[in-house]
Amino acid sequence: MAEIAIRDALRQALEEEMNRDETVFLMGEEVGEYNGAYKVSRGLLDTFGPKRVLDTPIAELGFTGLGVGAAIAGLRPVVEWMTFNFALLALDQVINNAAKMRHMSGGQLKCPIVFRGPNGPAEFLSSQHSQAFQSFLVHVPGLKVVAPATAYDAKGLLKSAIRDDNPVVVLESEMAYGWTGEVPDEEYLVPIGKADIKREGSDVTLIVHSKPLKMALEAADELAKQDIHAEVLDLRSLRPLDEEAIYESVRKTHRCVVIDESWPMASVGSHVAWLVSRNCFDELDAQVELVASEDVPMPYNHKLELAVQPSVEKIIKAVKTVLYIK
Amino acid sequence: MAKNQESSKKSESPQKYDKKFLTGLLVDMLNIRRFEEKAAQMYGLKKIGGFCHLYNGQEAVAVGSVAALDLKRDYILTSYRDHGHALAVGMSADSVMAELFGKITGCSRGKGGSMHMFDAERHMLGGNGIVGAQIPIATGVAFASKYKGTDGVTLCYFGDGAIHQGAFHESLNLAAVWKLPAIYIVENNNFGMGTAVRRVSSVDDFSVKAAGYDIPGKVVNGMDVLSLYEDLKEVIADARKNSRPWLLDVKTYRYKGHSMSDPAKYRTKEELEKYKEQDPILLLKARMLKDKQITEDEFKKFDDEAKKIAQASVDFAEKSEEPALETMYEDIYA
Repeated sequence: MAEIAIRDALRQALEEEMNRDETVFLMGEEVGEYNGAYKVSRGLLDTFGPKRVLDTPIAELGFTGLGVGAAIAGLRPVVEWMTFNFALLALDQVINNAAKMRHMSGGQLKCPIVFRGPNGPAEFLSSQHSQAFQSFLVHVPGLKVVAPATAYDAKGLLKSAIRDDNPVVVLESEMAYGWTGEVPDEEYLVPIGKADIKREGSDVTLIVHSKPLKMALEAADELAKQDIHAEVLDLRSLRPLDEEAIYESVRKTHRCVVIDESWPMASVGSHVAWLVSRNCFDELDAQVELVASEDVPMPYNHKLELAVQPSVEKIIKAVKTVLYIK
Repeated sequence: MAKNQESSKKSESPQKYDKKFLTGLLVDMLNIRRFEEKAAQMYGLKKIGGFCHLYNGQEAVAVGSVAALDLKRDYILTSYRDHGHALAVGMSADSVMAELFGKITGCSRGKGGSMHMFDAERHMLGGNGIVGAQIPIATGVAFASKYKGTDGVTLCYFGDGAIHQGAFHESLNLAAVWKLPAIYIVENNNFGMGTAVRRVSSVDDFSVKAAGYDIPGKVVNGMDVLSLYEDLKEVIADARKNSRPWLLDVKTYRYKGHSMSDPAKYRTKEELEKYKEQDPILLLKARMLKDKQITEDEFKKFDDEAKKIAQASVDFAEKSEEPALETMYEDIYA
């Protein structure tokens, strides 16, 4: 096992899949000669050449739609958006076309395409560059959405996404590209639609995805010192959602805190909290708590932007609420 | 810089084509015309719902351009005004009418309706309901042909309303930079819904926009199926050989409103009648009569046959089953 950064795990996934399947190609802004805005694609242009690693103009709608067309015509495009904030310009192609092609054609077409890039709050970037879009994307039937937070999951899920015959959105995190973790030397896949218990516990279930995983694990460490044993369930896939894994954990702990860096209204977190409330009602010893971002656009000021997002302290406070500890 | 070409010469005498070929074009246009008339009638009877955009008047564009293609390797994509293109590539009137009726026997199993005709086998990749959204997709289909080295070209049809979308600009720039074999066909019927083209466009001749991408552009007569066929033959051969995109401003006219709910009060009866004088079907018929390649009786026979096919498609759609409720969960993921 090697310990590598998430950006390198993602690159390994791309490299392995491009070696495995000639129809896989990567396109996006700065993915080629610049080696990627966040260096995920470093070296791929040298390895695979300009036919398969394409620098695009800054035209998200155009190159995303081009990817959709290439996918229905038999290729497997990986579309990199420099950030999901810019992907808003391309959402017509994602929602109206990628997600609908199979349906509108009565099952005649398939659209195997990956949309990936950094999502979620970063630092010092204010309102337009520091947003979490998972809740927008999971809303759409026809899409699959994954949100890895470790090097192992990032590599395994991206490989599965590239092999999937459907449009798959891979949510990465600018702040997490440098996080390191162990990745096996041999090839492996992480299946889409399977959650993962990142830490076992018996007193409360912390349901989390994407970058706040780290906060949940730190909170669990802190709580353990107080003899509170939190189970940390990493959703990894947001659509399809591994509902069984959620219920299984909550049936064991009887208490649940959902953590999501989205805004709170109509979010992944609020949906999961509703599912738990509805389907584990008789098992719960307390209401389900949701730790989301504050319901405000992201401010530039660092003290304010940190206060907007979920934190270790907020998670611990929510855990104590569901345990009725003052 | 690529130079624009002038509007095509009038097509030469149809005598240089054999009777079978000309009859094929004529019959294809007649079939579309009679199909659309039947669709309008069924819409009036509420057998067809939602938005229904008819192709009457524009038949020569789909028929003449598809005749110039090799659909074993080439593709077409169009907008929501797609019944004519569907029939032109050889989709059966039954499968198109059944789709309009929302029946399980429709080409898209009753999931798509009027705006979403698809036939993967015949390389008809839709039927897109968002104005201009098929332009980037068609660009990607052309990209795939080039990537795979198939020599295929992609025809991308859209209306004069769609050309003002950002998707058009982004796509043509990409197609030019990556030298893709995509032929962008503006079916310029003078109106973006109810808005006359001159009110929302800075130019009358859309082919001049090609210069902005350093690709060739051309004005094409969309009412004369033979001259359109000849123009497209040349353009397709060039796009295939040199792997480069083209922009064509095809001057055509729709006889009906934008959709069935549009009474088209924004234009005069005289204007409509003027265009009907250049009706693509009557134009070809007149030439064939003149060159003794068809008789009035033969024409009537073809027209009666077209009416029969349209009526049979209605009968087929009528007696087809509704989709079962559980089919709503199908065709979402592969």
